[in-house]
Amino acid sequence: MRFVDEFRSAEKARALAARITELCEPGRQYKLMEVCGGHTHTIYKHGLEDYLPEAITLVHGPGCPVCVIPMGRVDDAIHLASQPDTIMTSFGDMMRVPGSHGSFFDAKANGTDIRMVYSPLDSLKIARQNPGKRVVFMAIGFETTTPSTAMTVLRAKAEGLENFSVFCNHVTIIPAIKAILDSPDLRLDGFIGPGHVSTVIGCRPYEFIAAGYGKPVVVAGFEPLDILQSIYMLMRQLSEGRSEVENQYTRVVPWDGNLAALTAINQVMELRPYFEWRGLGFITHSAMRLRDGFRAFDAEALFEVPGVRVADPKACQCGEVLKGVLKPWECKVFGTACTPETPIGTCMVSPEGACAAYYNYGRMNRHRVVEVEVSRP
Amino acid sequence: MSDRRASWVDEALREHEEHAAAGAVSDREQQVLDRIDRARRRRPRIREERITMSHGAGGKASRTLTEAVFLDAFRNPLLEPLEDAALLQVNGSRLALTTDSYVVSPLFFPGGNIGDLAVNGTVNDLSVAGATPLYLSAGFVLEEGLPVADLTAIVASMQAAAAAAGVQVVTGDTKVVERGKADGCYINTAGVGVVEHDLALGAATARPGDAVIVSGPVGDHGVTIMLARGELDIEADLSSDTAPMNGMIAGLLAAVPGVRAMRDATRGGVATILNEVAVAAGVGVMVEEDQIPVRTQVRGAAELLGIDPMYVACEGRLVAIVDGQQSDLAVAALRADPLGEQAAVIGRVTADQPGIVLLKTAFGGTRIVDLLVGDPLPRIC
Repeated sequence: MRFVDEFRSAEKARALAARITELCEPGRQYKLMEVCGGHTHTIYKHGLEDYLPEAITLVHGPGCPVCVIPMGRVDDAIHLASQPDTIMTSFGDMMRVPGSHGSFFDAKANGTDIRMVYSPLDSLKIARQNPGKRVVFMAIGFETTTPSTAMTVLRAKAEGLENFSVFCNHVTIIPAIKAILDSPDLRLDGFIGPGHVSTVIGCRPYEFIAAGYGKPVVVAGFEPLDILQSIYMLMRQLSEGRSEVENQYTRVVPWDGNLAALTAINQVMELRPYFEWRGLGFITHSAMRLRDGFRAFDAEALFEVPGVRVADPKACQCGEVLKGVLKPWECKVFGTACTPETPIGTCMVSPEGACAAYYNYGRMNRHRVVEVEVSRP
Repeated sequence: MSDRRASWVDEALREHEEHAAAGAVSDREQQVLDRIDRARRRRPRIREERITMSHGAGGKASRTLTEAVFLDAFRNPLLEPLEDAALLQVNGSRLALTTDSYVVSPLFFPGGNIGDLAVNGTVNDLSVAGATPLYLSAGFVLEEGLPVADLTAIVASMQAAAAAAGVQVVTGDTKVVERGKADGCYINTAGVGVVEHDLALGAATARPGDAVIVSGPVGDHGVTIMLARGELDIEADLSSDTAPMNGMIAGLLAAVPGVRAMRDATRGGVATILNEVAVAAGVGVMVEEDQIPVRTQVRGAAELLGIDPMYVACEGRLVAIVDGQQSDLAVAALRADPLGEQAAVIGRVTADQPGIVLLKTAFGGTRIVDLLVGDPLPRIC
């Protein structure tokens, strides 16, 4: 199949793996973080770790949109959804995320009208078809999904829809990466930068990581060869003592991002003073809310939102996993109390979550199935 | 909810402390794998307070529901194997009995409708149990307002499917419910067949060295239905694979004495079946991604939606576990039938990692293929 198979060639992977292995300094261990949950998913789905030498460890970062939603926001959303004459719309991933009294699925089973949509624009369709109901879209995600929410709000305003609003939980990636870089218990050698987020924000925002923290960043695509090539590019930078921002995903990511998308976001939304992240706590200027001019579409302005704050469950170590301090299986409840069927932490919910990816695809005795021949002098 | 949750979290934490204290095991990762294994072997319990859609999706939640509620209440040796049909001894004859309900939406889709689906599904459940299907019942739950023309068309398809499979619908029932209490038309069919050979078929008989075979491209039905719902704005030249497999299976059983188990890859797809085999027989299963036949249209839609064709339902695809020595014979027997033209060996039963299904990816890596929790949820980005 075109545009897919050429990025999954086992032959090319073997060649790349050999060159990556050559770049490892004897005795040195490398920890590279893939920031984006989409990358985590690709790595596990294709068994990419089988190609890596033991000296390289991939650390799964905080870029899984549902994994960073705190329980309190889920409770708030269910509260909104269970008001009379209300339909809540949500992306599929969100349905199983646990709040303190269950998930959207549980709320749905209790009679709350929560519907899965593929695009926020589908919520407008539902709003038009149900003029007697108020339709609230549960907006989540990083800069990848923020523009489509902004466009939906603009469309709703242009159409004069009065029964549509957004419960805005959009977050921004840079403050999260900064929080990780500033965390004292962390050792990382480089970052595989998020691909889809960068289609919107471009590569410039990562320059502080390379310049200020001395860590190389390679913005990567989502096919397995993309990721392998990015690891190769990171290893080259490390072996040459460079720390720069490089773009592997040039077929999609423009260096300066997508101006139209950024303009739409800026027109509709502004930064919140602070926002709570699952496992990472409150981070300043890390999330978006609707601007005052769009209050008519802001569920938080229109309706009473309890604003509950629920502490993460004591047993849950999602925070350490999100920061890459713990491997998923090192968490106390991994695989026993916390499983994809009954997730305690959000990392276990989405297939992009580090724990779910590891549980579903990776918990086995890993044999490096590909013998990489190393010619070292 | 929170009280119940607290108790099992405490239990897991206590267990964690005990094992951390024991500390003797060298490999920490292996310890964790063992821990998961123990958790998986525990008696299933339903933790939800209400039925959710996950309970009907054919994955882990469905299995928990079946074992914790139905098997727990009805437990008997005939039910316990949880095969597609029960095998009964009645006055010296061996009979197979099965039942299935059909709630597909939309009622009509490219390649078929709920009517032929209801006949073929039950014919197939009997066939994979090794039985020759004979008689079917048909129960209808109709929603007030259903166009009679739709019902007539559905019933005509049922009759055509029954004739094609060589079975008769010999008893039935009709109920009508108020508008809004059902979704147009639900159909239940039960079927009786006779077992005319003395093979001991069953997932538990799989052993290392056996071949894993599928009879054709996987995922056609599920993807067709997803697209027919019209929520995705994706179009593809694709139709459901609904078909009666009794002819093809009779040919397979006649030609290959080493057939160990057969399953109809419906809800939950091929992946779910392989997991059932791995658990029932205490074996590992290793399949190769690039050997699994998948139509380009199905692959394309699955890539776009972020779902895996291995979990998508089929309605006329056989998964067979066959003595490894006879795999060529089995593939040839399946290919002799038009339904099985693209039959292929997709993997092997192994002694490694019992209870686990592994996939060698086309990319060259390896990963686990586990049971799904519920419906495959589309990913956000």
